[in-house]
Amino acid sequence: MDTKSIPLHPSEVTPKDQYLSRRDFLKQAGIVTAGAALLAACGTSADETPVTPVPQNLSADQETSSLFKELTAEESILSYNNYYEFSTDKERVAKLSKDFQSSPWTIEVGGLVNNPQNFSIEEILGNFSIEERIYRMRCVEAWSMVIPWNGFPLAELLKAVDPTPDAKFVRFETLADPDQMPGLSNGLYPWPYQEGLRLDEALNDLTILSTGLYGETLASQNGAPIRLVVPWKYGFKSIKSIVKIELTAEQPSTFWEDIAPKEYGFYANVNPEIDHPRWSQASERRIGELQRRDTLPFNGYAEEVAHLYEGMDPATLY
Amino acid sequence: MKKLKPLSILVHVGSLLPLAKLIFDFLTNNFSPNPIQDLEQQTGFAAITLLILSLAITPLRTLFNWRAPAKYRRVLGLYAFLYATLHVTVYFAIDYAFDFSLLFEATLEKRYTLIGTISYLLLIPLAITSYKWGMKKIGKNWKKLHKTVYLIAPMLILHFAWARKGDIFSLQGDVLQPLIYGVLVILFLVVRIPVIRRKLISLRK
Ligand code: HEM
Repeated sequence: MDTKSIPLHPSEVTPKDQYLSRRDFLKQAGIVTAGAALLAACGTSADETPVTPVPQNLSADQETSSLFKELTAEESILSYNNYYEFSTDKERVAKLSKDFQSSPWTIEVGGLVNNPQNFSIEEILGNFSIEERIYRMRCVEAWSMVIPWNGFPLAELLKAVDPTPDAKFVRFETLADPDQMPGLSNGLYPWPYQEGLRLDEALNDLTILSTGLYGETLASQNGAPIRLVVPWKYGFKSIKSIVKIELTAEQPSTFWEDIAPKEYGFYANVNPEIDHPRWSQASERRIGELQRRDTLPFNGYAEEVAHLYEGMDPATLY
Repeated sequence: MKKLKPLSILVHVGSLLPLAKLIFDFLTNNFSPNPIQDLEQQTGFAAITLLILSLAITPLRTLFNWRAPAKYRRVLGLYAFLYATLHVTVYFAIDYAFDFSLLFEATLEKRYTLIGTISYLLLIPLAITSYKWGMKKIGKNWKKLHKTVYLIAPMLILHFAWARKGDIFSLQGDVLQPLIYGVLVILFLVVRIPVIRRKLISLRK
């Protein structure tokens, strides 16, 4: 399969309504089952190579279908990016990452596993069935989006490498290539970007590795070719352009925790109650809306994940 | 009519440039997908930049005996206040739409907005007394009152630094711009310390 990353030009961006009508069409054609808000990753034109395979696991999810109406415009998702390896200016990231080489790409998966493996991105796309997941994304800066990701549960990948009983945490690392990422020259940050999850968080069905959004190959500014998405945590946990995944016994240190441990904890669960020393987290602005909305505990995913934190002191979960 | 001096034109045009950019971006729909944050950041950045420039005038005189810009101190300070007013208006009226159930916690319980609010309240009397009648009204106290800017400027540096993702005290994260501005403020204040000022003037001669 041809997996060259297709550079996205603004003219190729799918407006939300176009995506919706395309999806309606698919629905009428019986490709998308009613109730399951999932979309086949079909291109709009014949010459477009669908790099992200067609979703297969259609899990009926009412949450997802109601979120479908709230999708953030694709051009916003493509033009408003926190990706400090390129720039701290959200609007410059897309431009600076235009020529980013996301192919060839290898992810090294190792650490406390019985079956360490290096996956090429082609192998990932061939081995795992890609589904659509529509998730809220809540940034710690108090803005949010609703994004139709294409990806697969991280649990599937972890199953393939078979963690040993000692494995308690998962550590992720972003590519750090100074030739391609101008932001790395700023010595005030502890590069490379790294993140971590507790193993049970990593195995939760909501946690996915994403290879696309809006049915298109992930753009560089969104973390091509593969990134994590953990929808109940602040956006900075959802690490981009992953080159390494490592199972560990100890809690790994994470990029923002290294910078300001009192502000960005390891857990970083979205929580309107927990006082961030810097910003109020009680409300947020959904991109595209004028009015603020209340921020939801666990970003609206309490039912799926609150049990992971039973018995823990909420004050340690920021 | 008074003849316009090039420096005067530079100061006014330069000070109005950020406002022109905001209006241009508004008319051409050139904001990011988060326009309210754009407005907050750009007005805040313009305000603190102009405030620091107003603090640079006296050191310029001390260091280079450059007397021309003295009267622009007030002009720059007032433009800074204009942008600060736009900044807090955007925050209260647009960002939070005067929703006091949210504003209380967001404004008074967070260190960066709290210090921003105190700074803005302290700037108001300075702006009011910048005009002749204000100066006359408070007479000798004018100088004392306007020295509070030596406190307000460092407070606003903290506001700036705390609005960014980083830790200015451990020099980690997104701290470069607040740091540069902070160093400038310290320099401009240190040059005003009488012993140092006298020393600098004698060195110049
Ligand atoms: C009631 C008083 C104030 C409030 C509530 C306030 C609020 C805010 C908010 C919410 C932001 C962050 C925007 C964001 O990044 O999301 C901000 C940033 C900022 N504010 Fe204020 N502010 C106040 C007063 C001031 C004053 C008086 C100044 C300067 C004279 C100022 C200068 C700045 C600067 C420089 C930034 C950072 C902009 C950037 O990131 O480039 N603020 N303020």
